[in-house]
Amino acid sequence: MTDSTSQSKSPPLVRLVGVEKKLGRQKVLRGVDLEIREGENLVVIGRSGGGKSVLLKHILGLMQPDKGEVWFRDKDLAKLSEEQLVPLRKETGMLFQNGALFDSLTVGENVAFPLRERRSVKEDEIRAEVARALKIVDLPNQENKWPAELSGGMRKRVALARAAIARPALMLYDEPTSGLDPIVADSINKLMIRLGDELNMTSVIVTHDMVSAREVGDRIALLHEGRIYCVGEPKVVLESEDPIVKRFVNGISDASDAIF
Amino acid sequence: MTRYAQQLGARFMRMLQMAGQIVFLFQDTIRCLFHYRIRLQLLIHQIDFIGGKSVPVVIITGGFIGAVFAAQTEFQFKDLGLSSGVGPVVAIAMCRELGPVLCALMIAGRVGSAMAAELATMKITEQIDALRSLAVYPTEYLIVPRFLAMLISMPVLVGLAILCGIGSGYYVAVDILSVPGVYYWDNMVKYTHAKDVWIGLVKGFFFGIIILFVGCNKGLEASQGAEGVGLATTEAVVDSFIIVLIANFFFTFLLNALL
Repeated sequence: MTDSTSQSKSPPLVRLVGVEKKLGRQKVLRGVDLEIREGENLVVIGRSGGGKSVLLKHILGLMQPDKGEVWFRDKDLAKLSEEQLVPLRKETGMLFQNGALFDSLTVGENVAFPLRERRSVKEDEIRAEVARALKIVDLPNQENKWPAELSGGMRKRVALARAAIARPALMLYDEPTSGLDPIVADSINKLMIRLGDELNMTSVIVTHDMVSAREVGDRIALLHEGRIYCVGEPKVVLESEDPIVKRFVNGISDASDAIF
Repeated sequence: MTRYAQQLGARFMRMLQMAGQIVFLFQDTIRCLFHYRIRLQLLIHQIDFIGGKSVPVVIITGGFIGAVFAAQTEFQFKDLGLSSGVGPVVAIAMCRELGPVLCALMIAGRVGSAMAAELATMKITEQIDALRSLAVYPTEYLIVPRFLAMLISMPVLVGLAILCGIGSGYYVAVDILSVPGVYYWDNMVKYTHAKDVWIGLVKGFFFGIIILFVGCNKGLEASQGAEGVGLATTEAVVDSFIIVLIANFFFTFLLNALL
């Protein structure tokens, strides 16, 4: 099964060509081809441990592919050194699975981090921006708390504020709704949509959460056995008759998947 | 037998790998030092952590080592009628060996382990990846301030250990074991040279670099899980102990010839 959507006009912001990656002895990615278009919300679904997070890290250049190309605009990230990647990352943001907030900084300092790094923003502006960002993620006046004092869901929302505060062109979400109650999960979904619409961000969302995939995604891609098995509009993918897609979307395990 | 040889070989390869990683990290740190603006706030924080908060342990270490060393020397020298020779012996031993080495061991235990644990935790909780994703080069943000703080703190701490050792040695010999104070002091000043102090401070400086890079390397290379953090911490302490002790042997000869 291949791309079932009609080609849109906007050029791809990110293009992965034949990306392969081995971690230890396991071949996690076996030739991923994927285009992410400017302004879209692309949801990547797939089994746990199937290489979805690894895929995200390649898009940001946090991991280098063993083989293949990762194009961000007109640059092949696979050919750049860690330091050459630094300026490109000012245009991107990533929400990590468990937040990855800096333990040594307070919530406020965490959220302000990207702005302070720019050095061009004034301190009182930074403070106002941080307050605004925390209000948007529904954690007003929590600047002086430490990450260790927050619950998992709160950490994730702070991390979202930190990743989005500098208004990156490309946002990557690593399981944004996992481990959250349905209401918080829904608020995160709405936030992702809002960021995409208001700031015209392009988003790549890795998730297991089919509700989230349906709500947020403009397109859905299924990563299966190290390759993109199919890409398409949510309706097409979620209602697909293909056995592999259907099994994943509806969460049906095989007898051989059972763990005893 | 083959398995034993294999294990030995694997350990040797790991050692070589670590040495290689440390060389690259060192090179990268030096480059970043000149390439980026120094983060003063982080530097001050690290000086406080590495230097400031180590002062009590270093005072206790230096003080008690000087005290027992003076006592033991006096017990032996007394029979030879050389009690007033205790002063220079204690001072030279503190300057050249006991001060720098014991101070380094304390710092490895207190600071090296903490660095390894902190960096390892940052690595396994993806904080280092988060730093990279926020367009910050980790060496510049994490290693450079620690490196500079260590360079500044270590000679000062070694100097403090030496001072405390000499002071407590004097107290034990003169006030408790009744060695004549004037002779003790006179002989000490006469036979202790600037070279002895320099050797101690230079040793301390290099031990600091060893502790820093072993600790940072263990932290940055930690593998997944809480177990990885524990392992990194233990290895950082044990490896820096061993490297400091072995390096000390070579420094002793090298610095004696050079200075």
